[in-house]
Amino acid sequence: MTLTEQIITIAIASVTTMATRFVPFFVFPEHKPTPRFVKYLGDYLPPAILGILVVYCYKDQILTINRETLWGIIAGTITLGIHFWKQNMMLSILAGTASYILLLNFVHF
Amino acid sequence: MKSQTFKFAFQKTIPIMAGFIFLGATYGIYMHQSGFNFLYPTLMAATIFGGSVEFVIANLLLGKFNPWLVFFLTFIINSRHLFYAISMLSKYRGTGRKQIFMVFGMCDETFAINYSTKVPSNIDHKEFMFYVTLLDYAYWVSGAFLGGVLGGLITIKLPGLDFVMTALFLVLFANQFINEKSHFSTITGLLLTFITLFVVGTQWFLLVSLILMVIILRIRYHREVAK
Repeated sequence: MTLTEQIITIAIASVTTMATRFVPFFVFPEHKPTPRFVKYLGDYLPPAILGILVVYCYKDQILTINRETLWGIIAGTITLGIHFWKQNMMLSILAGTASYILLLNFVHF
Repeated sequence: MKSQTFKFAFQKTIPIMAGFIFLGATYGIYMHQSGFNFLYPTLMAATIFGGSVEFVIANLLLGKFNPWLVFFLTFIINSRHLFYAISMLSKYRGTGRKQIFMVFGMCDETFAINYSTKVPSNIDHKEFMFYVTLLDYAYWVSGAFLGGVLGGLITIKLPGLDFVMTALFLVLFANQFINEKSHFSTITGLLLTFITLFVVGTQWFLLVSLILMVIILRIRYHREVAK
């Protein structure tokens, strides 16, 4: 690949990615009333996306069951447990990540 | 007020700082090992700003020039942003010129934080969302830069640190679940994605889940309107 071809490749990836982020803002501009269903999506889609992203993070551990799956479940349970107990975001993330790192690096079977 | 807002935004993005600098550096090192100098990972991080696509493009740069494949793969991987944008239409509006950058920098993590965070009354919400976008962008680009520059000298090895992202999304999901009145969307999203992952595999399950979720909500919307 020549330098020009490399630049074009990167530019296509950049413009395409930008399009995925900007297009809805152009399709539903500020000065026109947004369709009611689109507003409805704005209210009910994001909670679903948060669920989708959780599964996304676990995708490899779900499809290939191994010890990382177990550590992922344990560390996830610790994260959620501490979060429901203390309701402190930083603490929950820190505890969950630390336990995952420790389990992955020091517990072998 | 401005500095308070910045401080609040910084606190909320600390987990992302850990995750992005680590993953960004991993990407930079990967680029270095693939034979590219530091300008490649830095500029790609700054212009594309989408982690998984950047890894894919790194591979494509090593092969034969194929612009359609670049377009197709980028669109498939990043089409989820369309749904984030629809969700943020009203929240991002009225932010003036900053809105352009906020839309440009709308990645998974920034979207999730900006959607979920309840800001106290002494914090400007729109300003907060702008700072979160800016900080997350800065973390990722500096991570990629560092990895690209130091790629030959160091290898970062802390297996498991990437769990910080999983933990972040788990906590945001939990917050949503605690605060919402109806659990319909959260539970449907979770179960639906779990099933589609097995049915269509890792390449397609995100897009398929999002489209199915929109269809489900369309049906639900009709029922509610009909009432």
